[in-house]
Amino acid sequence: MNSASAIDIGRPAIRRDTRWRSWRGELKGSEYTWAVAFIVPYVAVFLVFVAYPVVYGLWMGSAASLYQELFADPIYQSTVVNTALYLALAVNVKMVLALLLSGFFMRPGWWMQALLLIYILPWAVPAQSGFISIHWMLNGEWGFLNNLLYTLFHIEGPSWLNQRWLALGSAITSHIWKQMPFWTIILLAGRMAIPLEIRDTAKVDGATGIRGFVHITLPLIANLYLTCTLLSTIFTLGDFGTVFFITGGGPANLTHVLATLGIRNAFDLAQPPLGVAAVMSALPLMIPLVIILMRRLRTAEVQL
Amino acid sequence: MNVTTLEPTTRVTTADARLTSTQPVRQKHRSVRLRRYLTNAAALLLAAVLVVWTLTPIYHMVMVALEGSGDVFSDHIWPTKPSVESFGAVLTQGHWYLQHFWRQFGNSCYIAAMTMLLTLLIGSLTSFSIGRMRIRHGWLVSNTALLTYVIPASFLAIPYYRIMQHYGMANNPWSVIAAFVMFATPYAIIVFQEYGRSIPLELDESARLDGASSIQLYLRIYLPLMAPALVAIGTYAFLLAWNEYLYQFLLLSSMESMTVPVALAQFLNSDVAPWNYMMATAIIYAVPPVMIYYTFRGRMRAGLTVGGVKG
Repeated sequence: MNSASAIDIGRPAIRRDTRWRSWRGELKGSEYTWAVAFIVPYVAVFLVFVAYPVVYGLWMGSAASLYQELFADPIYQSTVVNTALYLALAVNVKMVLALLLSGFFMRPGWWMQALLLIYILPWAVPAQSGFISIHWMLNGEWGFLNNLLYTLFHIEGPSWLNQRWLALGSAITSHIWKQMPFWTIILLAGRMAIPLEIRDTAKVDGATGIRGFVHITLPLIANLYLTCTLLSTIFTLGDFGTVFFITGGGPANLTHVLATLGIRNAFDLAQPPLGVAAVMSALPLMIPLVIILMRRLRTAEVQL
Repeated sequence: MNVTTLEPTTRVTTADARLTSTQPVRQKHRSVRLRRYLTNAAALLLAAVLVVWTLTPIYHMVMVALEGSGDVFSDHIWPTKPSVESFGAVLTQGHWYLQHFWRQFGNSCYIAAMTMLLTLLIGSLTSFSIGRMRIRHGWLVSNTALLTYVIPASFLAIPYYRIMQHYGMANNPWSVIAAFVMFATPYAIIVFQEYGRSIPLELDESARLDGASSIQLYLRIYLPLMAPALVAIGTYAFLLAWNEYLYQFLLLSSMESMTVPVALAQFLNSDVAPWNYMMATAIIYAVPPVMIYYTFRGRMRAGLTVGGVKG
């Protein structure tokens, strides 16, 4: 039907239509209308709830004087240090441990499966519930952790949330507690995707244990690992809940990260442009990350 | 029959081999066995460490919830007089701090359910248009959608809040639902397109020859065949809405429009808060997502793997 009608109309008509066609693709009349109608809801949601806030945010944080004010703020300066530490430690410790543990969970047996079910629990429990529990656990005077330390080892624990580095360390540890299971599962799936023949051949050739890991597993999942690390860096940069619930930015606003500082400036100080500026100051890090990630996602699609 | 007779004979041959083997081989056997023993012991030790690491905060949650009202400040590491009284108090709203509990729980359910439905609807329509109807420049839409995925939600919160206030949508659950839909849909589109590739396009073509319209194709062929992916993404969207805190905290401020976690965190740093009740609330709030997660775990993992491995 399609080709016959094209022949009937002849070449000139087709040429007249080409520009229109390049938008319509192969679709005809009512089909094209339907295709557009199906895509319109998402485009509308995207424009109203994503594009508009992004543009509005860029506009809010566009005044140069904001950044002068921001950079002079000692709280902002300590926040930058915290964010760098938070990213470096939380992302890398979490991902390396997840990589190693994903190998551990490859062990056969029903009790490994049972262990995996328990191990996933922090990820399945809502962040709010888990973090509120940890927040109270870390209280210096009557917190569970110090009670435990005293009962088992007769050690007087420190007041975890009243000292800057201990508090930041607690937040990083809590982040790892919550997020590590998710990445372990992803990396475990990546390891499972390695064909059985490769693993068996490697074993026959004597590549077991550490040697097998370095020469077989690592090269094969390096790509996935890097992609996951980049994604996790972006997620961790935007992680608001952990620091908010564990330290609340305290003591004396010394443990903020950019995500919590932005909210604090915008709502506690009632200076929304200053909050946007705090968040926007992460753009020099964000933009290269996103560009590399976009490229990597494409290569990952080809290779895995 | 065959199998049962076969197994003992093979065992006998290996036993024979062991009997006739020479001394060094026997020693090697022993060292192999020893090494296996040691790796198993190390694995058990690691497993024990993981269990303690994972369960300590969860044990603490349960312990405080089981504590009687007067004993919260105790220095014990187990509940002195365990009782489920605090769970009862939450369920019957038996405390000033809990007086809107069911209303707030309902709000949480409503927001999560609506997020799930809208994400599934918008995501499946978009991926149908791009992947099945092959609308031109559809890749542009799915690539732009991917970009949303890498903008941290907390970074967009301030302009989003201002815009919602401007629209008069502050304190309205739909402002929160819209935010969650916008964060869940890009992922839905990616996974649906990836999954949709396994459904042959010829199916659509032959249905079209039989006179099916686009909407019939979508309803009768696309949606039923996509069911596994729909379940995975539905679970994902529900959990996303249930677990997100910042947007609910910023956009819902009255006691009646609030959700459970917002109400819960109000008393985070207060010394007069009834902690056993709050921990009981936190546990009750954690039950639905944990149950949903473990029920749909197999399908979730498949969905996440597609997204995780292929982006």
